[in-house]
Amino acid sequence: MAELTYLQAISDGLRTEMRRDKRVFVLGEDVGVYGGAFKVTQGFQEEFGAWRVIDTPLAETAIVGGATGAAIMGLRPVAEMQFSDFVSCAWDQLVTVAAKQRWRAGTPIPIVLRLPSGGGFSGGPFHSQNPESSFAHIPGLKCVCPATPEDAKGLMIAAIEDPNPVLFFEHKHLYRRIKGEVPEERYTVPIGKARIHQEGSDVSIITWGAMVYTAEEAAKEVDASVEIVDLRTVMPWDKAAVLESARKTSKVMVLHEDTRTGGFGGEIAATIGEEAFEDLDAPVKRVAAPDTPVPFSPVLEKAFIPQVEDVVRGLKELIEY
Amino acid sequence: MRDVAVARVAEPSGSLQEAKEWGLDREDLLQIYRNMVVTRGIEERGHILYRQGKIPGSFYTGRGNEASSVGVATAMGSEDVGTPLHRDMGVHVTRGVEPWRIFAQYMGRQDGPTHGRDGNVHMADSRLGMIAMVSHLPAMLPVAVGCALAFRIREEKRVAVAWFGEGASSRGDTHEGMNFAGVRNLPCVFICDNNQWAYSTPTHLEYAVEHLADRAQAYGFDGVVVDGTDVLAVYRETKRAVEKARDGGGPTLIECQTLRMEGHAVHDDAFYVPKELFERWAERDPLERYRTWLREHAEFTQDEEDEIAAWVKKLLNDSLQRAEESPQPDPASMTDGVYASAEDLDTPHHK
Repeated sequence: MAELTYLQAISDGLRTEMRRDKRVFVLGEDVGVYGGAFKVTQGFQEEFGAWRVIDTPLAETAIVGGATGAAIMGLRPVAEMQFSDFVSCAWDQLVTVAAKQRWRAGTPIPIVLRLPSGGGFSGGPFHSQNPESSFAHIPGLKCVCPATPEDAKGLMIAAIEDPNPVLFFEHKHLYRRIKGEVPEERYTVPIGKARIHQEGSDVSIITWGAMVYTAEEAAKEVDASVEIVDLRTVMPWDKAAVLESARKTSKVMVLHEDTRTGGFGGEIAATIGEEAFEDLDAPVKRVAAPDTPVPFSPVLEKAFIPQVEDVVRGLKELIEY
Repeated sequence: MRDVAVARVAEPSGSLQEAKEWGLDREDLLQIYRNMVVTRGIEERGHILYRQGKIPGSFYTGRGNEASSVGVATAMGSEDVGTPLHRDMGVHVTRGVEPWRIFAQYMGRQDGPTHGRDGNVHMADSRLGMIAMVSHLPAMLPVAVGCALAFRIREEKRVAVAWFGEGASSRGDTHEGMNFAGVRNLPCVFICDNNQWAYSTPTHLEYAVEHLADRAQAYGFDGVVVDGTDVLAVYRETKRAVEKARDGGGPTLIECQTLRMEGHAVHDDAFYVPKELFERWAERDPLERYRTWLREHAEFTQDEEDEIAAWVKKLLNDSLQRAEESPQPDPASMTDGVYASAEDLDTPHHK
């Protein structure tokens, strides 16, 4: 075991697979000589060469379409969007081609798309979004959102191994802030299995990504036993683990950094309502960003991204219900 | 129209000797003819099926594009791959897709290549190196570039062929895909089926250069304009481009000029296309032209022609019957295969 940052763990997972499997290659903007905008692929081009760590033109459609074609030809591309926001430029390749090709034409598309996502740095409307629910809605795509270094490495390897298009949402706010013990050997974390971040008995928080840590801070500030379920992957999502926690505590908050309406929290809340209604002692509470673009000013952005105090307020309402 | 033509305009097809020099013996020439007749026959039968109410949704053909589609596919190697579109039935026929499976696809039956999950020419047989198209044109063009990227990474002597229409040439995918291919000098051949109409939009409202192939220069590779009704000229230019790409010479853009001889789809009577234009291009019907060439240059006899016509008729009759016997897809299976399993990767492509 070694202590790695979340960012180092992503690099470690990618490097592990590239060393093991010659079919794996990286493509994207500035991923080679520069090592990626966030340095996830720093040193990769020196180790693996310029045809396995490919600097592309500034062209997201060509990156995702190119990855798709290379995958059909038997390679295992890991494509980087410099920021997850830019995946909108590749929507068609991902949603029209890659997501539907297996079901429609019997052709699996084993690609991984790395998506640095999330706010907290005054990145503004175009460098801060969390678009996972848009893609979780598309049959044929998988969406993973690791919160810990250990999961980041294990889910990266699982994503590369997976025969489907996998969107790997890596939260920028966790890159260098979060450190943890990461096994040095190769391992996978199963896609579709949640993790209990913290056990509790009075109230459950269902969340993923950076909000796991916001939930953890908030839990310390209430006089109750809070269970935190880290979903780890949003599609497929671990319905059984969520329902089990809901039945255990009878009070549930769904927390995410993405905006509220149409956010994936709505799907989780609806499922709990359908399948665990009799076990609930309070309505499921959603805590999410308001329905606006992500603002630039630090004051506005703080008001946008769910803060510890927002979660504390929600927890108190649930506890007192 | 600005006079900035930079693409090479290809010569028309030449003698039997020239065809031989490009690798076609007499039997190859007859096979090209058979493939063109089968291609047109499939689409003519499709019209009948549609009128009989046996084809759900709409119905699209590539009438007028038979020389272009068959010519390009004939020039490809067996290990080469491509992303043919809805005017390129001749590619599927030439690569060896059995007509009965195409009819089953038209009718949404279980034995169509997509098992009723998608319609018309949204299909491909991956075992024959083809990748199924989507409606969003030219979304498959960057995918073909990705295939070429894989060949370059693995240093394989294989070529990817990307089709697009002059309509789709307006979209960004075309630019991104061609630019990436040019930058990396990838083994990719771009085929523009320029049939002069994007639904009802004529070329002068689609682009402002003389030839779309002129754009190739902007991407750093060669452009060629070829008469898309001249199957041997299309073959020769594609063969040249494919071999160049195979030898590390990078991409080529080939613009095949044709006229879409029917509406955008069966519901469209193409009232907006001048009648004289149809009449003029009808005189250059790809099948008629090639038949005349075979008679003049390859001693094609009436007996041979009749024999092929009878063979095609029987093939299509038998194929229709077999397709009509194909079961409807089972709604209970609809949710299968949204996600691939590890075993699904055991395909000819993924090995």
